[in-house]
Amino acid sequence: MLYREAGEFKSTYQADQAILTIRQDRWFMWAMLAFAFLVIPLISSEYWLGTILLPFLILALAALGLNVLTGYAGQLSLGTGGFMATGAFAAYKLATAFPELHIVVVILLAGLLTAGVGILFGIPSLRIKGFYLAVATLASQFFLIWMFNKFGWFTNYSASGVISAPPMSVFGDAFVTGPYATAEAKYLFTLSLVVLFALMTKNLVRSNIGREWMAVRDMDIAAEIIGIKMLSTKLKAFAYSSFLCGISGALWAFVYTGSVEPLAFDVNRSFQILFMIIIGGLGSIMGAFLGAAFIVLLPIFLSNAPHWIGLNIPVDLISHIEFMVFGVLIIFFLIVEPHGLARLWQLLKEKLRLWPFPY
Amino acid sequence: MNERNLGDVVLEVKGISLSFGAIRVLNNISFNVRKGEIRSIIGPNGAGKSSMLNVINGVYHPQEGSITYRGETRQQMKVHHAAAQGIARTFQNIALFKGMSTLDNIMTGRNLKIKSNLLWQAIYWGKAQREEIEHRRKVEEIIDFLEIQEIRKTPVGRLPYGMQKRVELGRALAAEPDLLLLDEPMAGMNVEEKEDMCRFVLDINDEFGTTIVLIEHDMGVVMDLSDRVVVLDYGRQLADGAPDEVRSNQAVIDAYLGVSH
Amino acid sequence: MRIERDVIYIIIVTLFLMVAIPWTMGQISEDIFFEWPFFFEVAIGGLLAGVMYSLVALGFVLIFKASGVFNFAQGAMVLFSALTLVGLNELGMPIWLAIIATLVVMLLLAVVIERVVLRSLVNQEHIILFMATIGITYFLDGFGQTLWGSEVKTLNLGIPSDPGFYFDGKILINDFDLVAALLAGVLVIVLALFFQYTRIGRALRAVADDHQAALSVGIPLKHIWVIVWAVAGIVALVAGIMWGSKLGVQFSLALIALKALPVLILGGFTSVPGAIVGGLIIGAGEKLAEVFIAPLIGGGIEDWFAYMLALAFLVFRPQGLFGEKIIERV
Repeated sequence: MLYREAGEFKSTYQADQAILTIRQDRWFMWAMLAFAFLVIPLISSEYWLGTILLPFLILALAALGLNVLTGYAGQLSLGTGGFMATGAFAAYKLATAFPELHIVVVILLAGLLTAGVGILFGIPSLRIKGFYLAVATLASQFFLIWMFNKFGWFTNYSASGVISAPPMSVFGDAFVTGPYATAEAKYLFTLSLVVLFALMTKNLVRSNIGREWMAVRDMDIAAEIIGIKMLSTKLKAFAYSSFLCGISGALWAFVYTGSVEPLAFDVNRSFQILFMIIIGGLGSIMGAFLGAAFIVLLPIFLSNAPHWIGLNIPVDLISHIEFMVFGVLIIFFLIVEPHGLARLWQLLKEKLRLWPFPY
Repeated sequence: MNERNLGDVVLEVKGISLSFGAIRVLNNISFNVRKGEIRSIIGPNGAGKSSMLNVINGVYHPQEGSITYRGETRQQMKVHHAAAQGIARTFQNIALFKGMSTLDNIMTGRNLKIKSNLLWQAIYWGKAQREEIEHRRKVEEIIDFLEIQEIRKTPVGRLPYGMQKRVELGRALAAEPDLLLLDEPMAGMNVEEKEDMCRFVLDINDEFGTTIVLIEHDMGVVMDLSDRVVVLDYGRQLADGAPDEVRSNQAVIDAYLGVSH
Repeated sequence: MRIERDVIYIIIVTLFLMVAIPWTMGQISEDIFFEWPFFFEVAIGGLLAGVMYSLVALGFVLIFKASGVFNFAQGAMVLFSALTLVGLNELGMPIWLAIIATLVVMLLLAVVIERVVLRSLVNQEHIILFMATIGITYFLDGFGQTLWGSEVKTLNLGIPSDPGFYFDGKILINDFDLVAALLAGVLVIVLALFFQYTRIGRALRAVADDHQAALSVGIPLKHIWVIVWAVAGIVALVAGIMWGSKLGVQFSLALIALKALPVLILGGFTSVPGAIVGGLIIGAGEKLAEVFIAPLIGGGIEDWFAYMLALAFLVFRPQGLFGEKIIERV
């Protein structure tokens, strides 16, 4: 079966505006989804589901959020960790104050609360641009983490400052948090949410609001002249981005780790998510996933690689070498393809479309 | 072309002066634009032509003077107000959204007409999808009009200069403007491209009845297209009138031939 | 340099608030001790600490000014230079020789960074270059610690570190901080002279304004980049020596870059005087807030106060106090 768009004629604008316009792409996507929902839970070990795929999905969601803000709307942010923390703590307060709330409601409300916080910290973006804004977003990062550490109210006065998710189920016995939750249930629950939000994000970026975001990113003054309102467009980007980051934080705390302290969302987390979207590809939904996969898998690979080739290196030395290799790889990737893995994927597809006659 | 039947005055600028710090860019400029006419602003480089357009659509705020648009007099225009009131424009140095396709660029021109909210757009179904398709149809009409069908999906950053100018015109048209400001739409084009662009400008004026304010250096083009011409030089207004009058005006001839005053 | 009137107003208001807020706090709260000698002691301590922040911010400014690169690796360069210096010293090199050797290492580093990273990424977007400097950060942090280990090392250059009493014994100031501030001051003056009076310095300023203009001065862009990264490396070494003597040479030195960022946005990315004034305001503001405000809201505000302070300034001056005004043209 050749990968072609020839012979496919779109007779309606609706068909032409579909997410995937090439038939093979659609098949590939359905196959991927079927594989992710049906096959992976059957063949994967608990280790793979719980410690690799789960954080991958959750961080991909945060990367999706940051990519909306940075990749699509062009507002560089280093405050992702703070917003994830907001989501986690909001979910915790909601779940403990109103135990009868359903977990999906808790998570969505936590996302909405984070969106509110995001709007608040997005207001300076109207005046402050570029790297000035990036540094300014660090203010939200440090302030939020300090706040969750400092005020016992957020942790229900737990002595250690750690919050633990109460057991919650989607329906009946299908627990997704707490000690009764199985890795499969956690995985499927997270996967469903992530797929849903990825679809929503794709819809947004191919609609008017997405075009407004990109217009602001590419040339804000021209965007304003054609009638795009700067404040509301930027704040919508901050709101939606923080919404996703908040949900990601809530999932991280509730579904992945089960208990968490503010330190899990420190500035290193913000950088980690930023790496994902730059390595994956700015302004690309696919890029958020590819970047998340890369950044989650790379450290696992790096810390295991010496054992595979039979080297025995002390642990602290390994972590230093990991740092080095990580740095070199980032630079290497930027030099090879500054537009990220998503661009490589696209180039591959373009090659394939013309194959075997490249000209 | 004086015999053309021109409508009422839609835009009137009176005594506009604009300075940046100690530099005076515009000095007491007054002229009006009638409905349905093609009005040109000419003058040597640095005469303040682009600044004049920037004043009309609110990018620059003049220190003195007033602007009357559709009977409403203001001391200065605001960018968003101008866009909402049907003023669209193109730029001397193309101001397209480089990372987006031709289609998306032109679609952004319709942003003020799209009513679905964030949630509907996220769901992309029913009302939102119908709206999107309806606007796509309008945009396709513009694409047909400008004869840019084959670059519909190309990122504009990859297009040649002449094509980018065309896409930019398309984006301005997408807003269905009443008043279209064109800042050197033919600069840097070859003869063939210029002819195309002239045809588009005339057709826009003719078919849609759009009022056009045009900045252009090519005197042949200006004299052919315009109903009336304003001449600026170093921020001062040298002349205002029909192309023939302007052409024979001594001050204008001096400015263009560089006679010392 | 012409200072805009707005900036002077902002600085006057800031100075007023820096005195008025602590005084008011002292009046209205039992928990806050306010006396004038004590106030000055805190303020002077803060100003001196601020000079140390300026030292790190200076490295950022140099590189940003000459190449538009937001060099996140400045903190890592501070750590790396300090680690190298102490490491060489421990290997038996006398300290003066170790300093010279480290200088050479920093020069080499500048060459390598230009060859490997900058040259390959020339004309890329700013965010890509920023990202690459984060890559350099990781590499330097890892490389330095792989070479020299990660345990805390002491660096003793014989600078007195005893507290001294000044003004009739009423105000206590750390002698070390005084020396550090003096040294930083000297460095700034040397840099200012370098920019003003040497051919290379003038070329560097030309690059900041316009790359084409710089080429017409006759110095290739790649040389300018090497020079500016080398100068930033030297600044990093000075910062590394001062911070390393104060805190011990350890990984946390790399984190002082995070302290320098608010200084940078407050002063403006492109301004050397901005880095100094910014450092002084942040240093004094932070210390004053810690002593006169923090006890009321639970303390520990040093993580974010500098950022919030800088953010407040940015709302009035989006380009920083001394940054170049961004004029948008269409």
